[in-house]
Amino acid sequence: MPSPWFKYASPAAFYPLAGRLIPIFWLLAAGFLLIGLYWGFFETPDQLGGTNPQKEYYRIIFIHVPAAWMSMWLYIVMVGWAAIGLVFNTRLSFMMANAIAPTGAIFTFLALWTGAFWGRPSWGTYWDWDPRLTSELILFFLYVGYIALHSAIDDTRRADRAAALLAIVGLVMVPVIFWSINCPDPNQCAALHQRSGLGRIDGNILFSMLMVTLGFWMYSFATAFTRLRGIILTRERETQWVQAVVSAEVPAGVRP
Amino acid sequence: MLKVFWRILTRDLLLAMRRRTDVLTTLFFFLIVVSLFPLGVGTERQVLRVLGPGVAWVAALLASMLALERLFAADYEDGTLEQMLLTAQPLALLVLAKVTAHWLLTGLPLVLIAPLVGMQYHLSDTAIGMMMLALLLGTPVLSLIGAIGAALTLGLRGGGILLSLLILPLYIPVLVYGAGAVEVSAVEVADAQPYLMLLSAFLLSSLVLAPLAASAALRISIE
Repeated sequence: MPSPWFKYASPAAFYPLAGRLIPIFWLLAAGFLLIGLYWGFFETPDQLGGTNPQKEYYRIIFIHVPAAWMSMWLYIVMVGWAAIGLVFNTRLSFMMANAIAPTGAIFTFLALWTGAFWGRPSWGTYWDWDPRLTSELILFFLYVGYIALHSAIDDTRRADRAAALLAIVGLVMVPVIFWSINCPDPNQCAALHQRSGLGRIDGNILFSMLMVTLGFWMYSFATAFTRLRGIILTRERETQWVQAVVSAEVPAGVRP
Repeated sequence: MLKVFWRILTRDLLLAMRRRTDVLTTLFFFLIVVSLFPLGVGTERQVLRVLGPGVAWVAALLASMLALERLFAADYEDGTLEQMLLTAQPLALLVLAKVTAHWLLTGLPLVLIAPLVGMQYHLSDTAIGMMMLALLLGTPVLSLIGAIGAALTLGLRGGGILLSLLILPLYIPVLVYGAGAVEVSAVEVADAQPYLMLLSAFLLSSLVLAPLAASAALRISIE
């Protein structure tokens, strides 16, 4: 079932397309983030929670929760591209998975970091072995493992496929790991995060979180595509079109 | 097919027996790690009793992981692994045979030496029994999941550390439930049943799935 879109599976065709899209994504990211943060700071109540409300510092939720959502979403997207690469044997899919990995790792780190700063005033501690925190930490290790395995193998094809398999195994294990941490005692399960739920959050807060999430998503597109362009240039450097691109960008008299 | 499984199993055991030091090194590593913790956290009886199961499990994880490099390395170096990939036999079966040999040489000794750990950490008899049972169910899972990592990092420089980084997150469920089983059995033995059920579930599913993943990884590593 051929489609006119398939031509973008070629790195040479996708490179200029990505180049045109990146500024759009940056603009969208800036837009959504501005709306989200403005709304979050000025249109939302001063306190969060009923019985023991958290004061102004709760607003870190507008970075913390979207970052956590993005970290999980990006892992799934990364595994998706890795699987497509393994099945269809397309170079660009593997390159895309590699481009997403660092952004995913950064969001995971951001979620953990902002979570620690939120934990200090609200729970009294920077860290606790709460299921969601621990799972997020494990997700961070999975990202780092992917990046580490890929960079440890010299042969690009083997590196791509090995890291892809690792990512897929990781995805299969993530629910198991999450549930084992969430429920360390099958006889009874309890956790710090458990009483939070999206249904009972103020509408304005939810709106801001969604705006920031969309902003982070656009940001992920922009950074992943930028990184992807770099990866394409590096990997395809022997081809004619890359030589043309590089020599066009280098002024005359300077050796490329 | 059973014959092939048996041949590979006995071959691996025979090769390992010719280098007994490799097997014993893993065992002594386990003992040393377990012995180091009381020196670090203090020798108070109550503290050790609480820490014991967790420490034993983490040491088992580490020992199992150290031995994993040797799972495929020797065969990879002399070309036997490539021949195994080329045979008409299902690769998953051959991998399962190698993993079984690996477990018999590294996991099973840990199970048998658990009473020694129990003695060092002042664990009760029921706790020791539960620990042996949990290790018996959990160490094969470590070997199976570890085989995936070993296949992915075949022949890489810095392979050992990289292997740990890749595999340790995947070991967490086994660790949680294995150590948890012992901890809970101290209060009420019957409470450990769901833990053992979960460990058995991990064992059964990894028996089926891990060899498949490991053979896919082997094919990727040797092209």
